[in-house]
Amino acid sequence: MAAPENKLAFDDGWQYSPAPESTDHVKIDKRYELFIGGKFVAPEKGKYFDTINPATEERLSRVADASALDVDKAVKAARKAYGPWSRLKAAERGKYIYRIARIMQERSREFAVIESLDGGKPIRESRDVDIPLAAAHFFYYAGWADKLEYAFPGRKVKPLGVAGQVIPWNFPMLMASWKIAPALACGNTVVLKPAETTPLTAMKLAEVIADAGLPPGVVNIVTGAGDTGAAVVTHPDVDKVAFTGSTSVGRVIQKALAGTNKKYTLELGGKAANIVFADAAIDQAVEGIVTGIFFNQGHVCCAGSRLLVQESVADEVVQKLKDRMETLIVGDPLDKNTDIGAINSASQLKTIEAYLEIGQEEGGTMYQSSCAVPDKGYWCRPTIFTGVSQSNRVVQEEIFGPVLAIQTFRTFDEAVSKANNTPYGLSGGIWTDKGAKIFKMTQSVRAGVVWANTFNKFDPASPFGGYKESGVGREGGLHGLGAYLKLEA
Amino acid sequence: MATAAKRGKQRLAVAKTYKIYIDGKFPRTESGRYFPLEDRKGNVIANICRGSRKDFRNAVVAARKAQPGWAKASAYLRGQILYRIAEMLEGRRDQFIAELSLQGVARRTAEKEVDGSIDRLIYFAGWSDKYQQVFSSVNPVSSSHFNFSVLEPTGVVSILAPERSGLIGLISNIAPAIVGGNSCVVLASESLPLCAISFAEVLQVADVPAGVVNILTGHRSELTEHFASHMDVNAVIYCDGDKKVARVIQEAAADNIKHVVRRTKINWPDKTAQHPYLISDTQEIKTVWHPIGT
Repeated sequence: MAAPENKLAFDDGWQYSPAPESTDHVKIDKRYELFIGGKFVAPEKGKYFDTINPATEERLSRVADASALDVDKAVKAARKAYGPWSRLKAAERGKYIYRIARIMQERSREFAVIESLDGGKPIRESRDVDIPLAAAHFFYYAGWADKLEYAFPGRKVKPLGVAGQVIPWNFPMLMASWKIAPALACGNTVVLKPAETTPLTAMKLAEVIADAGLPPGVVNIVTGAGDTGAAVVTHPDVDKVAFTGSTSVGRVIQKALAGTNKKYTLELGGKAANIVFADAAIDQAVEGIVTGIFFNQGHVCCAGSRLLVQESVADEVVQKLKDRMETLIVGDPLDKNTDIGAINSASQLKTIEAYLEIGQEEGGTMYQSSCAVPDKGYWCRPTIFTGVSQSNRVVQEEIFGPVLAIQTFRTFDEAVSKANNTPYGLSGGIWTDKGAKIFKMTQSVRAGVVWANTFNKFDPASPFGGYKESGVGREGGLHGLGAYLKLEA
Repeated sequence: MATAAKRGKQRLAVAKTYKIYIDGKFPRTESGRYFPLEDRKGNVIANICRGSRKDFRNAVVAARKAQPGWAKASAYLRGQILYRIAEMLEGRRDQFIAELSLQGVARRTAEKEVDGSIDRLIYFAGWSDKYQQVFSSVNPVSSSHFNFSVLEPTGVVSILAPERSGLIGLISNIAPAIVGGNSCVVLASESLPLCAISFAEVLQVADVPAGVVNILTGHRSELTEHFASHMDVNAVIYCDGDKKVARVIQEAAADNIKHVVRRTKINWPDKTAQHPYLISDTQEIKTVWHPIGT
């Protein structure tokens, strides 16, 4: 089929004027301490690290680097708080959590700006997705606090104790809410470690928790890098570990917990296939592909990082995708026009760039949009690989960047076998106008979340989590409660 | 051997060779090894196959092959097949009581265990078309989407069956795994292995498709790590062992982020040991989204 002309050149003759979100209402301190026992305290060893704006490479603040000593203090504070918190009337516990949700809603714009400054994600996403969903998550789980006995028929439920939680940098505040909200609703106390490149909104969340009047020690937040996370996970007085991050770190954690009675949930990597059939609404599918891989710079564990497109429409889909990629604006995360923000860190950019090399060396054809990118900061143009095969590393491995690997298929069964042919099983996408085919495909894809004629949708009421090497357990919805409760006869 | 010898005075009884159960067939262990099972007086009851890692791997291949078809069978059919297992066990009640007695279980206890086992199969047969309704959900998301979560089998499950509960403990682990559409590879109790192999015979005549349940006998110390480490197994269930054993299992399981299910210190004949959470232990939650529009 002849490739159609690019009909999507919206800005021919017209340029988008910058539309920056204002930052004057946002207060970032020069330095952040640890949040332990309801107080902001300096780290025992007096060490701090920089957190930078990945769009400018400038320092935003200095943040405490928690050592094992600090983690121990935090766990002790959580342990002390656990008894009274778990015995508190469940309805009252719920009301505390509702308070957090409400304050987050009130301060949502401020948090959105900080999220974009610290993490590089476009303000449109932090404003419309991350922060509203984070607040909604607290609101959702708040209501569960006094209704837990209805969630598990025939069982009595009990909290687990102290939860040690380690979260990633791709959705900092949203992941904090996914972890903290259900833990508190079920009567546990928390030690949370945010990612080292995106600690600021977690410290803002600490302010919210303090303002909400939560009893000291119910939530403790310790900032730091891998060592701090390891101290949280392996602390002997932690009863439950919740981790979101890479499969390789998840494996290390599962091994580290071997022989202990700690409960754990792991939300790990993915390499989801977005499967487009010839009978799909092609323009909508193209939008879904774009959302699937370029949302949040592709820093999404459930990203649709593989495209499987039926051969008869492959040329059309790829051409339309290229046209659409040309319209994507890469740049200032605080600009409301921006589609793709900054890559989260220098090291992540290096990882992505290494995969761009690998993909080409393996024989794939790389295509990038021609957009300009700023001089300073970490950027990656939207990228697709065609002509790749199932065994290629860019098809098998999680890149965690705006890089899409495209393969074709002829039959339904071929699509299924290619889609399932990775160690992961977190998510999948299916595009077709045929209802029966949707149900057959959603049943055939071995993944925990399947989007049909849509992609990358999230909701507090909707369970999330993977099959196979994408993890253990679910977060969100009724099923997310199970991770924070003991069930007894 | 001993059983048969005791029975017939008129004629020489025919003793059963206890073999392992893989892919619907009863091969001997590929290793050619055995261990003698003795009664309390030290008489040899039977030579039991000392299954090997290779046997286990063959069983996993069979289980993987069988699993998708079994998962696709209707819940009604799976329920009927589990019911059929119970029927077949009922018909062989005396044989199982005799086997348990032979292995040192008191007669009354043995009778109770076999009856309890049959009833437990009926219990789980009944769950086949109900657990989904209890555990699934339609999720009220804020956007204009239809969103629901259903249970799907985890896949291939390896089971280190209870050491001290040779029949009802075995069945209480197999039944919930397979009623949920999983296939499994089971290591029978090392000290009470007879009923496990006879139960395999029951499975074979109950229309359980080949490969859905595979049962090995052998040394726990030799096979435990392999049951936990195999990269094509999705979940491992273990029913005995101290902290050290738990560590071995969990460390090995981490290689492919296997689900680890611990079922220690459970009184298997007791009613408290039957509940649908034994089914949901080896289920995944799948959530599906679709836009609502015109």
